[in-house]
Amino acid sequence: MNALLLIVVPLAGAALAAVWPGERSRPWLLPAAGAVHTLVAFWLLVRPPAAAPDAWLAYDPLARAVLPAVSLLFLVCAAYGVSYLRVRTERPSRVFVASLLAVLGLLSAGHLARHLGVLWIATEGVTLAAVPLIHFNGTARAFEATWKYLLVGGTGIALSLFGSFCLGYASLHGGGAGDLTFTALMQQGSELSRPWVLSAWVLLLVGYGTKMGLAPMHTWKPDAYGEAPGIVGALLAGGVTTVAFTALLRVRAVVAAAGAGAIADRSLLAIGLFSMIVAALFLLGTRDFKRMLAYSSVEHMGILTLGAALGAAGVWAALFHVWGNSLTKGALFLGAGNLHRAAGGRTMDDVRGMAALAPRSAALFVAGMFAVTACPPFGPFFSELRVVRAAFDTHHGLAAAVFLGCLLFAFFGLTRLVFAIVDGRPRAAAQATARRFPETPSIVLPPLALLAFSLWLGLATPAVLRDTWTAAVAQLYPAP
Amino acid sequence: MNSSLNLLVGLAMGLNLLALGSSRLPALIGTVAAQGVVLGVMPFLIETHFEWLVALVAAGTIIGKGFVIPALLRRAMRAASIEREVEPSIGFVPSLLLGAGGTIAAVALARALPLLPEHAGSLLVPGALASVLTGFVLLIGRSKAISQVCGYLILENGIYLFGLLLIRATPLLVEAGILLDLTVGVFVLGIIVDRIQRAFDSLDTRKLTVLRE
Repeated sequence: MNALLLIVVPLAGAALAAVWPGERSRPWLLPAAGAVHTLVAFWLLVRPPAAAPDAWLAYDPLARAVLPAVSLLFLVCAAYGVSYLRVRTERPSRVFVASLLAVLGLLSAGHLARHLGVLWIATEGVTLAAVPLIHFNGTARAFEATWKYLLVGGTGIALSLFGSFCLGYASLHGGGAGDLTFTALMQQGSELSRPWVLSAWVLLLVGYGTKMGLAPMHTWKPDAYGEAPGIVGALLAGGVTTVAFTALLRVRAVVAAAGAGAIADRSLLAIGLFSMIVAALFLLGTRDFKRMLAYSSVEHMGILTLGAALGAAGVWAALFHVWGNSLTKGALFLGAGNLHRAAGGRTMDDVRGMAALAPRSAALFVAGMFAVTACPPFGPFFSELRVVRAAFDTHHGLAAAVFLGCLLFAFFGLTRLVFAIVDGRPRAAAQATARRFPETPSIVLPPLALLAFSLWLGLATPAVLRDTWTAAVAQLYPAP
Repeated sequence: MNSSLNLLVGLAMGLNLLALGSSRLPALIGTVAAQGVVLGVMPFLIETHFEWLVALVAAGTIIGKGFVIPALLRRAMRAASIEREVEPSIGFVPSLLLGAGGTIAAVALARALPLLPEHAGSLLVPGALASVLTGFVLLIGRSKAISQVCGYLILENGIYLFGLLLIRATPLLVEAGILLDLTVGVFVLGIIVDRIQRAFDSLDTRKLTVLRE
């Protein structure tokens, strides 16, 4: 089976959705394409295809280590999307469905990209395809969020192009023939011109860091996640950030091959911890539970970046955490979408007593909150434990202390807000809204499935995933 | 060939300062369009013999940056019937000083970066850095959506200038894809401008302040 199906199937689905006549049947394209994508992604995870080393797009170990998580998240979100779009019949679904599928196809291309230019084109494509998703609600606030997303994200993507050019020039200056695949760049190693490699690293870290939502480039995130539908938030937080993270991992490997790995690790450590601190502080202050999820996402991006700075064991833990983050955050976003609709509000000032109004979604939201704050036995607990262990093994005791402190503050911030909206007596006006949006199995089961996956990941991590993560680490840290 | 290319890069750097000093939106858009045309001519000076690929890049740049995008911006401006004043949040004199200082810093910084022998003496690197800086000043220091889009365009022009160093080495796909993507990016920005105006009846991004902590 060809790995390119991962790109072609969703894009073909997007084209089909754009011309599909039936408004009611169109959303079913989402789970259809998602199911094929998941099937291919997991089939090829178990039976890895042989890839030519100079291929521009290949399902290499790093892609296998993270893309199936995104695929699984998309499939569940797609199943949720069918019932979501049935509730939102007042908005035409053509652009929404087509954009979602295009995002999936371009995300796959970004994960599979082994060429600096192709990687950038895919990321740019994802950025643009996500624009209609963010202003799906069509309100003035959604437009404001979209504008900020485009301006900040567009600047980030421009800087990452600049960084890619710098890395290309580093290769050219070192006698390269213009081959910009990551394999060729790593082979060039110390021949790459050092000043250009360092310039490229700074620009690419800022550029792809903006897409990931690392502080201080995270400013678009709360607005976009807050205003977009829950299903879009889940995909942005679990999928788009992941492609930017793998991009940073690939670039870091080139920078390390050029002999500047220590500088790269130090900058990753600093920006990762800074993101965690900023996120923890904002989590203590925010009163809006959808924006809370955005800050929680900033925090988890900080965890990933910190892991990436801590050597091979840290990267292994980070790849594990990608799975935990994508699945758990997906469950939280879908649950938050349910609560938002049922309550008709998003802040702790006008939402309370959700345990009485929407008991199943509220229970899911609380369980998801415990999962995302790394309570055992969910996946994030085990991956974050490994990050801490990697920090101690590499003598980063202070970083581990800051890391644990931030996790504690984030826990305070999240529990404060979540219990404020779950407990208490519901407002009278909210009861009528909740009756209009009953908790059907089709909106409760998808987030439940994601939580179950997160639990399964923590309790019994499959051997094939562990092996793939090890292979991905070996790809990023080649034996000298 | 190098001296005439440097002349054009110098012209583009001058247009940066002109953009920083423009107080009227049509003038700003015109400056950005002129810079786009100047940039589009450059590939012909780099490649001595005619090549289809390079000609395609050049024609795409001239049409896209020089005509299509400015026309879209003018349309958005007319459709919104907004006032023509730029309304800076960083004044014109400080902006110009920042731009001039940035240009000097760009020249100094470019000296620290090693260049290939065939690029020695070229102004492309300082020109690129100066344009990126100018773009940032406009992005941060102007409050109207259209002037921010112009800032973004100048930022993008700077990156394009740098890309010219690689035009011989990188394969066709990347070159064409990059051009297309950036143009589409700004095109979408233009559409958004259109929509913002319907929702807010204003293109002042200072009014976009509902969402904050």
